Amino acid sequence: METYYQPKDLNKFAEISEGAPELAQKFFDYYTAVFAEGELTQREKSLIALAVAHAVQCPYCIDAYSQDCLEKGSNVNEMTEAIHVATAIRGGASLVHGVQMRNVAGKISL
Amino acid sequence: MSNLQTAEDLSSNLFQIPALETFRRNLDINGLDLTRTHCTTLQVNVGLLCNQSCKHCHLEAGPSRKEIMSRGTVDDVIDLAGKFPFETIDITGGAPEMNPHIQTLVKNLAPLTKTLILRSNLTAISEKEQKPLLQLLASRKVTIIASLPSLNEAQSETQRGRNSFATSITTLKKLNSMGYGLPDSGLELNLVSNPTGAFLPSSQEQIENRFRQMLAQKWGLSFNNLYTFANAPLGRFLTWLEGTGNLESYVLKLASKFNPCTLDGLMCRSLISLSWDGYLFDCDFNQALNLYMGGNKKHISDLYALPGPHDSIAVSEHCYTCTAGAGFT
Repeated sequence: METYYQPKDLNKFAEISEGAPELAQKFFDYYTAVFAEGELTQREKSLIALAVAHAVQCPYCIDAYSQDCLEKGSNVNEMTEAIHVATAIRGGASLVHGVQMRNVAGKISL
Repeated sequence: MSNLQTAEDLSSNLFQIPALETFRRNLDINGLDLTRTHCTTLQVNVGLLCNQSCKHCHLEAGPSRKEIMSRGTVDDVIDLAGKFPFETIDITGGAPEMNPHIQTLVKNLAPLTKTLILRSNLTAISEKEQKPLLQLLASRKVTIIASLPSLNEAQSETQRGRNSFATSITTLKKLNSMGYGLPDSGLELNLVSNPTGAFLPSSQEQIENRFRQMLAQKWGLSFNNLYTFANAPLGRFLTWLEGTGNLESYVLKLASKFNPCTLDGLMCRSLISLSWDGYLFDCDFNQALNLYMGGNKKHISDLYALPGPHDSIAVSEHCYTCTAGAGFT
């Protein structure tokens, strides 16, 4: 195996049902319902999915939702802004923990 | 240029992709039949001359193309429309505005059909000398179908070329000022959005809603309907797909989205498509492959009866474009 990630493996996702079909069915039904048009449009949901895909750094999801965003009518500028949102939250999550550092340091410092 | 097989050899896969079933065999496997119904529409391609060289153009139209419909063929078209009552006549190109006989064609066809359509790229018609044509279109209540792939300038211009977006917006403003695209004006303005790459279009309804909202919000523009069409892997788009290594995945994606429900509404069942030099085809895409109507080369001057129910339609693997997802009708 040259790499753990093979693009062709994305098409095998449904095969995960073979291990626990009932659980997989529940998951894929839920997944389909989540991405249906609702209070948020499918285009907006796809941009959120793209941002989350970068936050969790899933190559399958990045591949799938880059294509899906374009198909839903988004452009690369919008997709880039969405990734910056994920980046800001990830970076912010680290930085905001600086408050804990300051609490600890403050407590034990003169 | 592409490495397509000749259209005459349709026994094997047009794109030479091992995993691709031929379109004809796919119909057979699914127990489906694709034949003609009553012919209601005449589509007239008045030439391959165009002021743009769009990357998705299946006919490779552009400024250097010399193929343009002659006055003699224009007269043949007018005679044909007088002989047979077409509900719709659809003028396309190239940029139809650049054919020197376009006004003659519009004037003579308008009284002979319920709906006369002119397909515009929104830039050729922006030239000053096209003002009389614009006025003629409005006076004859000709429906305009205009290309606008994206609401984003950069994305749109990757397909249609530099400076095309701003000109298109200016032309849409002009059309709106004439009444085109406004409610109850009787002047219909419809938009077409083709994907700007090797991906499929989304739900027509969702894209239409977004275009309606954003065009109104950003530029105060109105239109009647928006259509989304997948790009056919032919002509200049095919060359791009091959050059970027996208051909196989794109064509297989089209084939994987084959939807039998689209067959009933396919345009090739009720339309005849005429090339700039007067030959008959089942659709404009087939012109790119010299795939003549029903598989037989026939000129407009030899057409004494329209094709009718159960007559055959020439197909090949590019037909997966029109049967993918919601289809292309």
